[in-house]
Amino acid sequence: MELCSFLTLNSFITDPLTHNFMRKALLMSSLVAAVCGFLSSYLTLKGWALMGDAVSHSVMPGVVVAYALGLPFSLGAFIFGVGSVALIGFIKQKSRVKEDTVIGLVFTGFFALGIVLVSKIKSNIDLHSILFGSPLGISLSDVKQTIFISLLVVILLSIFRKDLMLYCFDPRHAKTVGINVFFLHYLLLTCLSLAAVVGLQSVGIILVVAMLITPGATAYLLTDKFDNMTVISVLSAIISSLIGIYISFWFDLETGGSIVLAQTFIFLFAFLFAPRYGIFKLKKFFAGYK
Amino acid sequence: METINYQNFRIDAENICVDYNGKVALYDANLRLKPGQICGLVGMNGAGKTTFFNALTGFVSISKGKIRINGESVRSAQKDQTIAYVPQNEGIDSQFPISVWDVVMMGRYGSMNIFRCPRESDVQAVKDAIERVDLAEHLSTPIGNLSGGQRKRTFLARAIAQRASILLLDEPFSGVDIRTEKLISELFIQFKNEGKTILLSTHDMIHVREFCDLVLLINKTVVAYGETSEVFTPENITTTFGGISPDFLFGPES
Repeated sequence: MELCSFLTLNSFITDPLTHNFMRKALLMSSLVAAVCGFLSSYLTLKGWALMGDAVSHSVMPGVVVAYALGLPFSLGAFIFGVGSVALIGFIKQKSRVKEDTVIGLVFTGFFALGIVLVSKIKSNIDLHSILFGSPLGISLSDVKQTIFISLLVVILLSIFRKDLMLYCFDPRHAKTVGINVFFLHYLLLTCLSLAAVVGLQSVGIILVVAMLITPGATAYLLTDKFDNMTVISVLSAIISSLIGIYISFWFDLETGGSIVLAQTFIFLFAFLFAPRYGIFKLKKFFAGYK
Repeated sequence: METINYQNFRIDAENICVDYNGKVALYDANLRLKPGQICGLVGMNGAGKTTFFNALTGFVSISKGKIRINGESVRSAQKDQTIAYVPQNEGIDSQFPISVWDVVMMGRYGSMNIFRCPRESDVQAVKDAIERVDLAEHLSTPIGNLSGGQRKRTFLARAIAQRASILLLDEPFSGVDIRTEKLISELFIQFKNEGKTILLSTHDMIHVREFCDLVLLINKTVVAYGETSEVFTPENITTTFGGISPDFLFGPES
């Protein structure tokens, strides 16, 4: 019976939708994917992939402290996310240690603090679900918060889309024509921290890191236009979430891991077959036939 | 006592100092430029040329001294789009997924609304600017597919579209083809006639003699400043380049 229903594509797609937890998982992952995919194109171009990694790990102690004090998670995450970046900048400036080393040093420190705090402070925060997420076991209040923060980030990024592009491309020109570069810098960091919070509650830190890096890299190989890059990045993030969740449902696999693997395969496909920038330059190949 | 009318100067930098975490990059530097003047900024690598540009655009803050642009602060110059900066080719990410049109449109951002929606006048300004630098057939070309000279012209078009009265150009002639070089020198004459003030850094001594009314020789501070014919002497150049003679630097003809 199981095999029969699997063989028809229709039920392959609709069967999981009959479960409430699956509908929620699909919605949440798509939201997180949209937010992270949007951010990802900026991080890729700004050369901030490692920064995305750092911030998404560094928000962890903030979440725990916020929980202990009864504050919103996003506030704690924001403070620690931005704090980690400020600390990275400070250490880099005041010592001879190189930037990538400083980033690694700071975020592992913050993350360790988070782990120690979780073990000390009695809370309902489960370390495994923070790391790897539990998209299949999300509460209703989490859903509401995720929707709210995701919309907020997408709206902010949409409003300042062009300014952020300019900031990534040529911050000196932005400053020269009176655009507030300081504001844009912290806007990007704020959105990054918020994306980490959203992801952390539903899909886990590891997945957030992957979602912040891979979709942007995939899109970068596929287009020469910034707007297209954003769209491709968001779509590839959402599509890989859907593929990952369905595969994890049908084959009983870890959900977060399946999503990341789907993303990685999409990237590999672009890496090999991207029309202009792939290993096998398909554009040239087909041009040869004309 | 003589009173100076600062309004007469497009750029007036007085005893400016810039340091990065205690390391002095530039000290006691002075510069005064009027409308229609072209000034060459000459010095070794690390002599503070880029720092000087950064101070004038407000990209770094000065630790001492005063900068007035049209008699006003750097901040109000930023608001008024008074200064345009044309970067070195090496200073930008040539793989950034962006077209010529979008780069030139960035020159208009400062005067647009918060969503940066181009108005009719912005579109026209961008079109005109792109035509002036002879890139009309490359409107939608990604900058990654342009030659070094075409990329340089794209950024010049951005400065033109910005309608700035002061142009700062970092090595405008490095890595460009003959065609671009000719076009840039023609533009310089037009800019001068339009009353724009130009400050350009260069390694090429022939260009200094050819275009610059004034020259500013720097090595962390001002070594010499004045009319090119008076100041651009072998002795001054030797001092600027740390004791190396101009013959050695640029060949016996210079």
